[in-house]
Amino acid sequence: MRPAPLAASAAAVLALALALTSAAASITGARWRAQERETLRSLSLASLGPLAPDPSNRVADDGAAAALGHRLFFDARLSGTGKVSCATCHVPGKDFQDGVPLAEGVALAARRTMPVTGTAHSPWLFWDGRADSQWAQALGPLESAVEHGGSRTQYAHAVAAHHRAEYEAVFGPLPRLDGLPRHAGPVADTAWRGAWDRIPASRRDEISRVYANIGKAIAAYERRIGFSPSRFDRYVEAELAGRPHTAASALDRDEEAGLRLFIGRASCVNCHNGPRLTDDHFHNTGVPLPATSLPFDSGRAVGARQAVAGEFSCTSRYSDAKPDECDELRFAVTEGEELVRAYKTPSLRGVAERAPYMHAGQHATLGEVLAHYDRAPTAPAGHSELKPLRLSAAERRQLEAFLRTLSAPVAAPAVFLRAPDAAPR
Amino acid sequence: MRFRAVTALATAFAAAALLSGCMLLARPPKDLDYSRTRASEGGHYRATIRPQGDSLPQGRLHRWTLHLETAAGAPVDSAAVTVDGGMPQHGHGLPTQPRVTRALGGGDHLVEGMKFNMGGWWVVKFRVRATDGADSLVFNLKV
Repeated sequence: MRPAPLAASAAAVLALALALTSAAASITGARWRAQERETLRSLSLASLGPLAPDPSNRVADDGAAAALGHRLFFDARLSGTGKVSCATCHVPGKDFQDGVPLAEGVALAARRTMPVTGTAHSPWLFWDGRADSQWAQALGPLESAVEHGGSRTQYAHAVAAHHRAEYEAVFGPLPRLDGLPRHAGPVADTAWRGAWDRIPASRRDEISRVYANIGKAIAAYERRIGFSPSRFDRYVEAELAGRPHTAASALDRDEEAGLRLFIGRASCVNCHNGPRLTDDHFHNTGVPLPATSLPFDSGRAVGARQAVAGEFSCTSRYSDAKPDECDELRFAVTEGEELVRAYKTPSLRGVAERAPYMHAGQHATLGEVLAHYDRAPTAPAGHSELKPLRLSAAERRQLEAFLRTLSAPVAAPAVFLRAPDAAPR
Repeated sequence: MRFRAVTALATAFAAAALLSGCMLLARPPKDLDYSRTRASEGGHYRATIRPQGDSLPQGRLHRWTLHLETAAGAPVDSAAVTVDGGMPQHGHGLPTQPRVTRALGGGDHLVEGMKFNMGGWWVVKFRVRATDGADSLVFNLKV
């Protein structure tokens, strides 16, 4: 019988201690200690510096290139079926994603669509970081058999037929395309690949340059799609300035408790740090295999090698950068157990508007995601970096409440958030 | 009664420690030496690290200068140096693969590709092979 009163006394003392701690905090009004205030400042959008230039894309900040990129982004003629554009999966009204577990282009893809917003700040693109720039990323889906499903010569023909003037104003004259097959490209399709190999090397290079320029124009457009301040950012601004909160900046008790957990005991801030709430790195967090049967996905282990070997990488012949301007690529970790099933830490800005979660939409709700991090299950392959958090159900709800304060509209010129008039969707 | 009260209190504190285990574990050991100048483990060399801008940025690639000298204080210009490291409490390595890219003269060496993607305690280890032999230098860093 003795253990029962002992446990009861322990629980009572513990409850008292916790109650006194939280009461002390609310009585003094000193909600955040100096170090916590610095962490809040580091997470705030106000800490996001100006967008760094992209030396690999000389038209990255060219308005005419962005206008062309806008047209290309919405142009479904850039697909094998004539029905898929970038905007099919990257839906502007949905934070440039599609809300389904696996992207649906001309067929079903193996990964979840990632949002475009703010990716100009990202050193690595795709869940496995296999592209090192927005323009290199944009070129991946175009030649994927399940996404746009078209070919390199097809896209060059499409630019010549429908975007010649705008293209030539930005990039100079298009090469001659006469006599080139409708479909040819260095892809898995054997007929298209064979046709590509029969094109003389110098002409292949010209076509690839047009292809790279399609990516660079799309990147110039995507660079203009950024974050706007959320309620969390306004909260931090008021807290740091010592100003009273308004309805637009106040966090309620649960949201504030969730924020405290986020930067404290739940350790979310280890990886979700900085003003975009991502460390731009890759982590194995023991995400389960998808319910759908898909080929085994080893994440960054393959992505790192693809990035370094990338035909359109920062150090490639199609890049405008000098090799010493490609430091992320030069110093990338390309081998090791840590890369197995490691995926990019996504930004948490707008996360509540972007279910389902993880690289193949394995978790349907934020609640499921938080339960996963709390439980820290064994990884299906490699080693999970997570440790069980032992959060209560109430604490998980508080974290979710905090994450909902990170929503905000996309910041972009209004015209860029809808289809341009001349291009069919 | 008194014994039981003490035991209860101890149990409560143990439970509290368990509940806040992650936070406690996240704190580095108190006696860590964060000196920017260290002797090598085998005593062959001394080295000083000078991060570019003198601070350690989080989430940004940056360069260091590594000054290397023998135990007697002679600058070491010709050395094969490799860089390694990580976060001991998290069990992961550096997010990048930094390298010494060139000797700057006077015992200084340029280290490129340094990056720390998390706040907390990091360890960076240089393995040096030069005329005085092979040795290692370990630096603790607070990011």
